[in-house]
Amino acid sequence: MVLRYLRDVVTLKLDTSRCIGCGMCVNVCPHAVFRLESRIVTIADRDACMECGACAKNCPTSALSVQAGVGCLTAIIRGALSGGEPDCDCSSGSSCC
Amino acid sequence: MSSEQTTKSPSNLVVLGSSAANGGDGLSEASCCCGPTRIIKVIQHPLCVCQPWIAGTLEASLRTVPVAKTKLQLRDVLGGWKVRWGIGRMRYQIAPGLYAVGQPNRESPVLVSANYKLSFDCLRKQLGGLHAWILVIDTKGINVWCAAGKGTFGTDEIAGRVNANRLDEIVSHRTLIVPQLGAPGVAAHRAKELCGFRVVYGPTRAKDLPAFMAAGMKATPEMREVDFNLLERIAVIPVELMHWAKWAFLVAACLLMLSGINKGGYSWNKVSSTGLLAGLVFLGTWLAGTVLSPILLPWLPGRAFSLKGLWLGVWLLFGLLAFCPILRENWLSVIGWGLLIPTTTSFVTMGFTGSSTYTSLSGVRREMRRAVPLQLIGIVGGIAAWLAGRFI
Repeated sequence: MVLRYLRDVVTLKLDTSRCIGCGMCVNVCPHAVFRLESRIVTIADRDACMECGACAKNCPTSALSVQAGVGCLTAIIRGALSGGEPDCDCSSGSSCC
Repeated sequence: MSSEQTTKSPSNLVVLGSSAANGGDGLSEASCCCGPTRIIKVIQHPLCVCQPWIAGTLEASLRTVPVAKTKLQLRDVLGGWKVRWGIGRMRYQIAPGLYAVGQPNRESPVLVSANYKLSFDCLRKQLGGLHAWILVIDTKGINVWCAAGKGTFGTDEIAGRVNANRLDEIVSHRTLIVPQLGAPGVAAHRAKELCGFRVVYGPTRAKDLPAFMAAGMKATPEMREVDFNLLERIAVIPVELMHWAKWAFLVAACLLMLSGINKGGYSWNKVSSTGLLAGLVFLGTWLAGTVLSPILLPWLPGRAFSLKGLWLGVWLLFGLLAFCPILRENWLSVIGWGLLIPTTTSFVTMGFTGSSTYTSLSGVRREMRRAVPLQLIGIVGGIAAWLAGRFI
């Protein structure tokens, strides 16, 4: 059973004209959002994006941009209360590695 | 053990190398557990040699490198349990620096890890029979993925740690295997400029590392993807329980005290009868929401967590109404609980977004904009209706 979050909400953007087809985004994406086709990357599964920011950080030509952050209720509440950005202040082990 | 020529057992090791062996920082003598008699001299001790998870040490490039065991002991497993329950989680750290598993040589791969002991344990237990170096970087005791999101598991920290440990003297190759989930904090192309080492992203799960290395550092699409299976969802339940426990008990205590109010004034009898039950029903709702929503997550209808939790609450409500006559003592009480129970499970399930592996910041923000006002109405309206019911 595939778990999917909300439709049409993520801030992921790809500027195809800057893509050099290195495939780094395909490598780092934990949710198989990208597909490399004939030396250029396409966003194949946009709604699977969790905005972790790994692709934009590792894109050598800055072809990718995303407003990265944690999809965490507590972090957003904490950020709202302190008047700043969402602040993740826990080392919760959602993944242990 | 076949590595006796190069490793010394912790019991006869008296002096460990200078601070340079592990990048110059680490734990002081005071934090060591051996007691003063065994340590003759400690120069900025890079780590506590008598840590039970250290098998011994080996010499590499005139330096002493601690060798980590690849089998977890009971105390490692128990330690993992403790931190999942939130006990001493921020102190569950190991000293950053260079470690080894097996008997690595100049050609052996270098794996990068965080200094959260649970992360490090996850890694080393998968490396049985392999020979590798492990470069533990300072993430302030936070796991790889969370630290990468914060940037503490980052390019500068990795490069700084590579340079401080003079990794170029230890190995002849120039490749680091960085866990893929560290990628949100690491720019592979910048690492090469900063320390001369090329970053190769390993699989998301440490258990795939042997297959990844056997395949010539190639990850299959499955190794690249993060899922969120039943066991992984169950593993984070304690984190959620501990996170909201004090609030849940606070609300339960409020219900307990408010239940004394009735048309005749304040009745302590009511507190000990309906009040106690109301408190327990609320705690039960919170507990059921926290435990059942992660387990049932894929099967609860809807995509938004608040909606999934709402469904859970509606089912729970019908169950409780059927089996607890006290909840239907009058129609206002039914309305009150009818609002309180689904609202509580909706909120608790929405809180689980933080432990999930696939929710985005924009998504949770959108969900909250719609759900939080309704949840506020549900909580306030629910308590108001329930209170009004005390006067019938």
